[in-house]
Order: sequence, then C-alpha cells, then structure tokens
Amino acid sequence: MTFKIITLLTAGLTAATMAQAVEYNQIIVPQSALNFAYKQMGVAMEGKFKKFSAQISFDPAKLANAVAHIDVDLASIDTGSIDADEEVAGKLWFNTKAYPTASFVSNGIKSLGGNQYLATGRLSIKGKTLNVSTPITVQSDAKKSVFDGSFIISRTTYAIGEGEWRDLGTVADQIQIKFHLVVNASAAKI
Amino acid sequence: MTMRHYTLTAKVLHWLMALLIFTALPLGFYMHDLKLSPAKLQLYSYHKWIGVSLLLLCLVRILWRITHRPPALLLERWQHTASNVVHRLLYLLLLAIPLSGWLMSSAKGVQTVWFGIIPLPNLVEKNKVLGILLGQIHESLSYILLILVILHIAAALKHQFIDRDKLLSRMLFGVN
Repeated sequence: MTFKIITLLTAGLTAATMAQAVEYNQIIVPQSALNFAYKQMGVAMEGKFKKFSAQISFDPAKLANAVAHIDVDLASIDTGSIDADEEVAGKLWFNTKAYPTASFVSNGIKSLGGNQYLATGRLSIKGKTLNVSTPITVQSDAKKSVFDGSFIISRTTYAIGEGEWRDLGTVADQIQIKFHLVVNASAAKI
Repeated sequence: MTMRHYTLTAKVLHWLMALLIFTALPLGFYMHDLKLSPAKLQLYSYHKWIGVSLLLLCLVRILWRITHRPPALLLERWQHTASNVVHRLLYLLLLAIPLSGWLMSSAKGVQTVWFGIIPLPNLVEKNKVLGILLGQIHESLSYILLILVILHIAAALKHQFIDRDKLLSRMLFGVN
C-alpha cells in the first residue's frame, strides 16, 4: 500500500493580495510648511506663513476623488522683519482685518506620470478668486504622503501691495508660493 | 616740483571716496528712522551699493598706498604723528564700516546684491541678535568716522588758510 499524500491548498492568502487603496487625509501641520519667495531691489527674499489649516484627501488610485482645501491665516506672515510684517497686514497689502484668510480649493488633479501631478484650483486672496495650477511631487509610503510644489502668482492681480507699493521695481510682481505638506494615511481604513 | 603732488590715481580715489562717504554717511543716518516704504527700501539698497563700492575702492587705495610713497611733508613731529594716526584710522574704518554693514545685512537675512546685479555671499547665517549687535557696531563706527572726517578736513583747511603751506594742493587737480 502506498500512501498518497494529498496536499490541499487553501485560499487562505487571498486577503493579502487584495488591492488596498490607501487614502492620505490626515494633514500634519507642524511638519508642513507654506513659504513664499520674491525679489526686492534685485534681492531674493523668503518668508513663510506660520498658521494654516488644510483638509486633504488623496488616493493615487482615485484621483477623481482627490480634494485639497487650504486656509492660510494671513496675519501669521513672517517676512523676516517686524516692520514688514506689520506693513503687509495693512490695507495696501493683505488688509487682514477685512480679509484675514487666503484659501485654495482644488478642482482637479491629474497624473503627469511617476510621482508627478498637476493640481488646479481656485486661489482666493483679498476678496479676489483666480484659477491657479501647480505641479506637485508626491512621495508616498504606507504611512504618509509628502506633497511638494510651487507656483507663481502676480501680486498686483490680487491687489497685494497697492498705492506706492505698485512700483514693481522695488518689490517684484511675481511671488513664488512653495508648499510642503505632510499628510498621514487615514487610520480608519487600515 | 611734481613730487609734491599725489598721483592722479590717488587723487581720483581720494575724491571719489570723499563723494561716496558724503553720500553714504548722511543717507545712513537719514534712512534708518524712515517708515517702511518703497523709497526706504530703495535708499537702503543705494546705501549698500555705495558701501560695497567704498570697500572695494578702499582696498585699491590701500594697495596704492603700499606701493607708493606719498609726497613728503615738512611737518612738526606731533602733526606728522597725528596725521599718520588719523589716516590709518580712516583706512581701517573705511574697511570696517562697509564690512560691518555687509555682515549686518547677512545676519538680518537680506543678501547684499551690488547694484541689484552682483550678489555677494552672505557672510553669516541669519541671526536676529547678531544682526542688532552688528547694527550698533555699524552705527558707532560711522560716528567715529564722522568725527575723524571732520578732523581731517579741519586739518587740511588749517594748513590751507592759516599755515598757507599749500599742503592741500598736493591732493587738488589742475595745479601741477
């Protein structure tokens, strides 16, 4: 008599092969940054916004559902000098009493291949809303996604720096907005 | 008698620097307390451009001085010593003041871009406390410069109008 050894394969491992969509939606503000760069009298200057909040939801497999809404507390600006911080809060610049918040609301994101994306949205500053688009580099792992990108706005189209400050020879028109957003994966979905 | 004169190079350097000092110094005292405005930012830039120019001119001037002997003077010993000390201090301050300004600008996180075109390296990292300290040094040295410049001019005028020894003509144009 010979015994035949019958091996039974079960489907016990199938769960592991299921595609798990990971959605990143927990913004970590202390690890994120919102900076800006511009030229003043030919000198490259940098500053940042210390306070902002964001609701972000990003699943690379479901780009159509991606959402980004970022609110920036304009009075939290840090230009590097107290004089300038006070000046840009004033009426000629941001007029933070009337318009305390700038906001970006996305309305689309598409893949440019690899980890490169292009996001479009509406940027509202000082009561004016304009379309903007920005390239984004996304570095993702199981725990978090890091979004880096920058785009340029014209300060005069938003009336940022009116009156004597309209002189573009002193403070240039182009302001580069740079963002670094760290967004954790949703805990609920894992 | 040509030996009694400074060379043309020395004269040009002297009067050009005099012109720039008489621009940068009052500008520095004036612009400091202005309310922030485009004009203030422009004046600060012009002041820095002039300062960097003075720093370079002073280096050229010291080089000239090392390689040339100034026309001889018949002065009393104390006058000779005093003139020597003041001249050395003037050279020192004309290096130290622009340098402290450049350092201050670096510490305050504003790069110095000569004529808005040629960027100079930042000499120190951004540091608020250091920036304020360098500002105080820059200002104090400028007051010392002002006093020395007044002494320098007073001495030249004394020789010209009281001693009438034609000392001043050594540095004037068109009297060769």
